[in-house]
Amino acid sequence: MSSPAPLHRALGLTDSELESIREVLGREPNSLELALYGVMWSEHCSYKSSRIHLGRLPTEAPHVLVGPGENAGVIDAGDGIAVAIRIESHNHPSAIEPYQGAATGVGGILRDVFTMGARPLAVMDPLFFGELSDARQRWLVEGVVSGISGYGNSVGVPTIGGELTFDDCYASNPLVNVLCCGALPTQRLVLGVASGVGNLAVLLGSSTGRDGIGGVSVLASAGFDGADGAESLDDAKRPSVQVGDPYEEKRLIEACLALLDDGLVVGIQDLGGAGIVCATSETAARGGVGMDVDVTAIPLREAGMAPFEIMTSESQERMLAIITPENWDAVAALCTKWEIRATVVGRVVAPSIDANGRSVAMLRVRRGFGGEVLAEVPAGSLADEAPLYNRPMARPADLDAIVADDPSDDEPVGSPNDDLLELLVDPAWVYRQYDSQLFLNTVVGPGRDAALLRLAGPGLPYSERGIALSTDSNPRWCALDPRAGTALTVAESVANLACVGATAKAVVNCLNFGNPEHPEVMWQLSEAIDGMSEACVGLGLPVIGGNVSLYNESGGHDIDPTPVVGLLGVLESLVAPPPGWEWRMGDVVVLVGTRHANSHYRFPLGGTRWATRRGRRGGHVPHFDAETLAAAIDFVAGEVASICGGKSSDVTAVHDVGGGGLAVALAEMVAVTALGVEIVELESHAELFAEFPGRFVMATNDVEAFIARAAVAGVPVVPLGTVGGRTMRIGSTIELTVDEVAGRRRGALEESLAAVL
Amino acid sequence: MARIGVVVFPGSNCEYDAAAGVTRLGDQAEFVWHTRTDLDGIDGVILPGGFAHGDYLRPGALARFSPVMGAVERFAATGGPVLGICNGFQVLVEAGMLPGALQKNRGLTFLCQPTTLVVSSTSSVLTRGATIGQELVVPINHFSGSYTCDDETHDELVRNGQIVLRYKDNPNGSRDDIAGVANNSGNVVGLMPHPERAMSTLLGSADGMVLLESFLGVKVAPFVLAH
Repeated sequence: MSSPAPLHRALGLTDSELESIREVLGREPNSLELALYGVMWSEHCSYKSSRIHLGRLPTEAPHVLVGPGENAGVIDAGDGIAVAIRIESHNHPSAIEPYQGAATGVGGILRDVFTMGARPLAVMDPLFFGELSDARQRWLVEGVVSGISGYGNSVGVPTIGGELTFDDCYASNPLVNVLCCGALPTQRLVLGVASGVGNLAVLLGSSTGRDGIGGVSVLASAGFDGADGAESLDDAKRPSVQVGDPYEEKRLIEACLALLDDGLVVGIQDLGGAGIVCATSETAARGGVGMDVDVTAIPLREAGMAPFEIMTSESQERMLAIITPENWDAVAALCTKWEIRATVVGRVVAPSIDANGRSVAMLRVRRGFGGEVLAEVPAGSLADEAPLYNRPMARPADLDAIVADDPSDDEPVGSPNDDLLELLVDPAWVYRQYDSQLFLNTVVGPGRDAALLRLAGPGLPYSERGIALSTDSNPRWCALDPRAGTALTVAESVANLACVGATAKAVVNCLNFGNPEHPEVMWQLSEAIDGMSEACVGLGLPVIGGNVSLYNESGGHDIDPTPVVGLLGVLESLVAPPPGWEWRMGDVVVLVGTRHANSHYRFPLGGTRWATRRGRRGGHVPHFDAETLAAAIDFVAGEVASICGGKSSDVTAVHDVGGGGLAVALAEMVAVTALGVEIVELESHAELFAEFPGRFVMATNDVEAFIARAAVAGVPVVPLGTVGGRTMRIGSTIELTVDEVAGRRRGALEESLAAVL
Repeated sequence: MARIGVVVFPGSNCEYDAAAGVTRLGDQAEFVWHTRTDLDGIDGVILPGGFAHGDYLRPGALARFSPVMGAVERFAATGGPVLGICNGFQVLVEAGMLPGALQKNRGLTFLCQPTTLVVSSTSSVLTRGATIGQELVVPINHFSGSYTCDDETHDELVRNGQIVLRYKDNPNGSRDDIAGVANNSGNVVGLMPHPERAMSTLLGSADGMVLLESFLGVKVAPFVLAH
């Protein structure tokens, strides 16, 4: 007969973690205290497996106002405006309940940004699913996209871009990442800190229910057990998914920004993963003060909730504000106007003095202020002192063989025309469902190299500047070489910003990996962090925030390593739109940047979309070469920035050569302009589909002047051909009509989604 | 300088954009909170886009009961110009200030995309400065924007020139390609597209300018009731 699992294990704590808790408290924890540690020491909240590696990332630059560890990173964008940015994952909730999982992912990231005093101005969503030939994937795509659309549009924050990747490795574990960017007058910057003994902790927004209890530990910090799709994504986990209410969130945003405008709060913190316990312990730990929480004061959605449920619930649309008692009437009045519930649930108290005479910020959960103490733990031990693990790492044993099987050596078979058509996808079906224009800032919206926004919004000082955003990933590269793959992903993202004239200023990352208890996964994570560090140091970029999502596995299979980067760039003057992809009749098409990869192969095909579609997943990843990349990127950014600043130019079109390679970049320009192009014979078949960053297709109506400027900058330029006609022709390899290219690209996604109805 | 009241319900989200359109054309925009019951000193009213009161029921179904709507109705009854954009259009229809109804888009998805509008009538505050047949590129941004009405209402709309804007390429299944309608007097207009989002070539189109200019009376005389 087996006895039931001990409580700490049911809460996701290991035996040695229980021992650490006993040491911290100097006694046996009670069951409520164990529950608090269970959520706060979860992988999702504590980063216990990744933290020792994350320290290797560069985080500093003169314009960084807030780096990693706060609710969002913040940079000084100039003109008295600060820009806040944050990226998160909502992978496991979305796998179980795609609409609510994706919707609450949007809600959570918005709160992280307006917690800093910033008005959220843009959302981006990198999404990863299995192949659409599987009905469950089509259900997931539709659910996730409509969840983002339903929540984001209603809450009134434009969704301006993202990514869409299909690969079998995500079939049972889709990835739903979400990035939010906001702006604020620099002097309004606030941090999630409690201070001032006697101050009140006020819970704003929704009542607290049983939804999302244990979301961070049960869902986000464990894999899915079963081997196959639906069965593994068991119903038992569905109650751990939260439910979103964008209308509540919209009023909460307006009320919180008004509270900040009126100077009514000392500190403010959102309630996300781990709910009230997380918000109260983090604010108290940061402020070095104690916090008494009255568990009976918290407005509840349902009767009979136990204190551990109340403290750990992840009910959405809640914020915690620290205010002085004198401001209570004004806070209450403002919340009444916005129909937002405001309840005093805690008090800031003096830190306690421990046996060694040290001051310790204690979090006390009580039944009534001054009533029975149900739990009493050092706030810092919950927030910052989870055990750190240096988990074993091992390079995958089969990796050498996989890398050696390089498709760059393959003899071309089949029709390059068909290969090209297969690689064309217009994600418009997705982004048409998102309001991408609210606030009148969107100069370049979804579906292009990078999004470009005016740096403007309600309450901001006037600025002529623009900000650019791009999210990028390349799990195919990262599976083969997580270090080089991640470095090249950063480079690719910086190149995307250059296409809209922006200079990269900061990086955020969402590190989606498999089970950290697998040594191969820890090796991938560590390598990826080193690659990101190398690229960021090489390109002079600080990492100002991030999120680590582990346990992305199902049935023992880990996803390919999927570090997603979000790049924030600034453009000094934005008075005219960048050239975009729309070339004109008679323009000369040029390839800008180094023609050949820094690699054993001139045109490497390892990890390309072309090779992957043929089931060829091996090969070498090109090396990262900061100097060469930076020269091309700076040149292109400068050319485009000059146009955005209102100067005339011979440059008529710009497009980064990214996924799918040169042939896809050219085809996309053909499709959006409905104008053909006549391209010279390339060096080889591989040049059509090879992928490595730092190359751009540009069009010019004065090629001599263009080449002369590039020569001054030391950037290579190869004339490729001329725009015109109704055919896309590349030497003797590609010949397609404009209609074939545009039609296939336009219809690809919708046809796949409608595949079996 | 005209004083334009931009009505704000909890859940509205295009109020800043509507106000920006007004101030860009040199007039004054003033937010009118939904609990207000007077519009004293206001020369024109805009009901902006968004999700008034969350729109969990039917778009506009709750907003029509907001206290401000009584004042808007009285304002319109005296000939005051009233413009409903997107959610504002839905509110005006629910309030019975404009005929017809707005149902979910044909494809049952939200749609945010540019559309080409064709001016079909110039006897309204919104279109009086445009010309019949003029094409305007203005974006849409809605889930429930498919205009519908019964045959009798449709005949009347056609007869009275109340269909002010049509889609050139119908994106949402609206009856008779209708994008915007006016009341019989022409002083109350609703449209699903967002003219305030088409006020600058930097953002893709400045074609919305002619519509808001008409509404604000920048280029033409004050609007006179048709009867």
